[in-house]
Amino acid sequence: MSLEAPEPSTHTDVGVTETGLDYDVLESLLGELVIDRETHHNAEAFVVRPDRVADALSVLREEAGFDHCSCVTAQQYEDRYESIYHLKKYDDPTQEVGVVVPTSIHEPKSQSGSGVYRTADWHEREAYDLVGIEYDDHPDLRRILLPETWQGHPLSQNYDQERQQVVPLTEHANPLEEDHRGGTDTMFINIGPHHPATHGVLHLKTTLNGEQVADVESDIGYLHRCEEQICQQGTYRHQIMPYPDRWDYISAGLLNEWAYARAAEDLADIDVPEYAQIIRTMSAELCRIASHLLALGTFAIDVYGDFSAIFMYAFRDREVVQNILEDLTGQRMMFNYFRLGGVAWDLPEPREKFFEKTRDFLDELPTRLEEYHNLVSGNEVLQLRCVDTGILEPEVAKQYGCTGPVARGSGVDYDLRRDDPYGYYDRLDWDVVTEDGCDNYSRVLVRLREVEESAKIIDQCVNLLEEWPEDDRTIQSNVPRTLKPDPDTEIYRAVEGAKGELGIYIRSDGTDTPARFKIRSPCFSNLQALPEMAEGEYVPDLVAALGSLDIVLGEVDR
Amino acid sequence: MSSHNQDTTGAQTTQEARMGEGVDNRFNSKLREAFGSSPFILTKFDSFMNWVRGSSMFMLQFGIACCSIEMMHTYAVKHDLDRFGSGVPRASPRQADVIIVPGTIVSKFAPRMKRVYDQMPEPKFVVSMGSCTCSGGPFQEGYNVIKGAEEVIPCDIHVPGCPPRPEALIYGIVKLQERIANGETAPVTVKPYELEQFGDLEEDELVQHLADQIDEEDLVMRYNWAESP
Repeated sequence: MSLEAPEPSTHTDVGVTETGLDYDVLESLLGELVIDRETHHNAEAFVVRPDRVADALSVLREEAGFDHCSCVTAQQYEDRYESIYHLKKYDDPTQEVGVVVPTSIHEPKSQSGSGVYRTADWHEREAYDLVGIEYDDHPDLRRILLPETWQGHPLSQNYDQERQQVVPLTEHANPLEEDHRGGTDTMFINIGPHHPATHGVLHLKTTLNGEQVADVESDIGYLHRCEEQICQQGTYRHQIMPYPDRWDYISAGLLNEWAYARAAEDLADIDVPEYAQIIRTMSAELCRIASHLLALGTFAIDVYGDFSAIFMYAFRDREVVQNILEDLTGQRMMFNYFRLGGVAWDLPEPREKFFEKTRDFLDELPTRLEEYHNLVSGNEVLQLRCVDTGILEPEVAKQYGCTGPVARGSGVDYDLRRDDPYGYYDRLDWDVVTEDGCDNYSRVLVRLREVEESAKIIDQCVNLLEEWPEDDRTIQSNVPRTLKPDPDTEIYRAVEGAKGELGIYIRSDGTDTPARFKIRSPCFSNLQALPEMAEGEYVPDLVAALGSLDIVLGEVDR
Repeated sequence: MSSHNQDTTGAQTTQEARMGEGVDNRFNSKLREAFGSSPFILTKFDSFMNWVRGSSMFMLQFGIACCSIEMMHTYAVKHDLDRFGSGVPRASPRQADVIIVPGTIVSKFAPRMKRVYDQMPEPKFVVSMGSCTCSGGPFQEGYNVIKGAEEVIPCDIHVPGCPPRPEALIYGIVKLQERIANGETAPVTVKPYELEQFGDLEEDELVQHLADQIDEEDLVMRYNWAESP
């Protein structure tokens, strides 16, 4: 798979005004492609005929500079199917626009957007798999999460969950068979779904040409836990919040909870007290440290070999973070600590002890990080394995919708904490870390340096919390007991999770449960870029590239 | 230790005599003390093997979901499962005795997990970790989720929790070791798709009925929401 070099767009400021985007200018740019307009909570959306999708998307991409297709949401209404393309700009993610594509209920066929945005490929496959919309001109429209033999589309409206399903075991090709794909003598090899280097249950169908990777295809869905269906069954106020913890389960729970909290709070117009925002910011950054440390430890296992020293070092520090978080939230991993409108409870008493514990950790961290740099980033063996392997060019990363440390390791300066501020981030002093190497080494280095930045944020939050006046410690605003957002309101909101942009789309139908709950997972998009990084490289570099992507299958499959 | 055994007359025990002068007692152990002077133990071979099995278990390095993170913590520094003689994670199922099933099993993964289990040599033991492997846990209502590991492979120990703390997992593993040392194992559960293995058994109506449902070309796992517990 090669990617034609996209020409840098020169008209990135169409419709940009002082106060935000002027959607009328964009509408006139699209001209007769627009048949209607909708207002979503986060942005305006243009309704487009199902056979003009690619045209509309390429106009917005080439002429208006929307180079980030963040998410594709599919859903079924009583009378129609609908796909929504959520577009953003990497330079300024607050500039958003939606492209809504309604299709008929009887023949849900719509043009594919994967020619314009590579990332739409997987998103559309998922939409086909779960909702049942078919995309014309899609290069490879197959099921992506469910087994090939699955009957029905589980998120469509008259899906029968009682129906018996049959799952075969013959899907894996025989690796011993002769394989002459591409004219040469290649070998097919399955990596996973149970394999120590896949970080969970990922299946890589790899074709090798000698020692080199000729083709790699990720087969996901081995941990598809129906998160979206379960969130659609839960009530806004309390029943959804436990599940975000389990999307990205590498102790990044609070970052995920924040994604749901942010979307639902904006949808239902709930304020969060400043004091609660500081607690949220502090605890979320603790989660980020824990998550990055695990990424480092497991990456070291992949690249160095066995259960080794670095893994133990990283887990030793994770234990400290988890202890702090347990003091705060009562759980080691599945925190369930955020509430709509605030957090569940205040800092643990005695507060001094909690601050002391957190400060001890922060004081110790620079020495620990130095040790990591000596062990990992300064190590010649690791540098040999990681420098200049798994190259991901910035333009390619943008095509695939990569975010988080993966994009920042390719020099894409994109961090929602700064670019689309929420919480208390915009009032604190910290920097976005980027590296220009585009290789495995840069991605590891970005994570290590982000730990430092997170520590800076936590330190400032602890200072603020310590001096916060005692009579102003409101942890939750008033939220109605039964939350029913206005009918037919839609919102797409994202936060910077541990792995990148974690977005939530919610459509309310006026009841106390969401009518559609869609999760935009950063790992899903990041993983899609794996072939770009691994093809043509050696097998061990494939493993290193996968490790440096830092995927977590709970979030890829949801 | 040896000083307790020494009587006032100054006579040496056989053990002390064998150790000789000038050797400290660092080689002595509780075991040695228990055995006394005799270096022999009389036991049944079965009991001995059970004791050996329980005391040195090779775990399969097997991660599925959230619980595998807590499982990694159990292996790592603070909790250090190796203290209990069961901390050697093996990457290959062919070298493992125990499989910890740490996480939600979904329809696509269940046949794979069954295959991994089949590849382990006998005798093998299963610790199912977390609520998902007991019943489907918080994801029980999902259209794609298997309602517990017991649907696929026989489990010896269930450790509930979401996820269980490392201490809980250690407790579960120590309980498994106790069971193994006592010679108890889980009953073998034969699933319909395994019946082909018993092809040399006498014709039986039920077996035939179930075997007819199996496409021989295509080893199939049925997943039925309606009949699940």
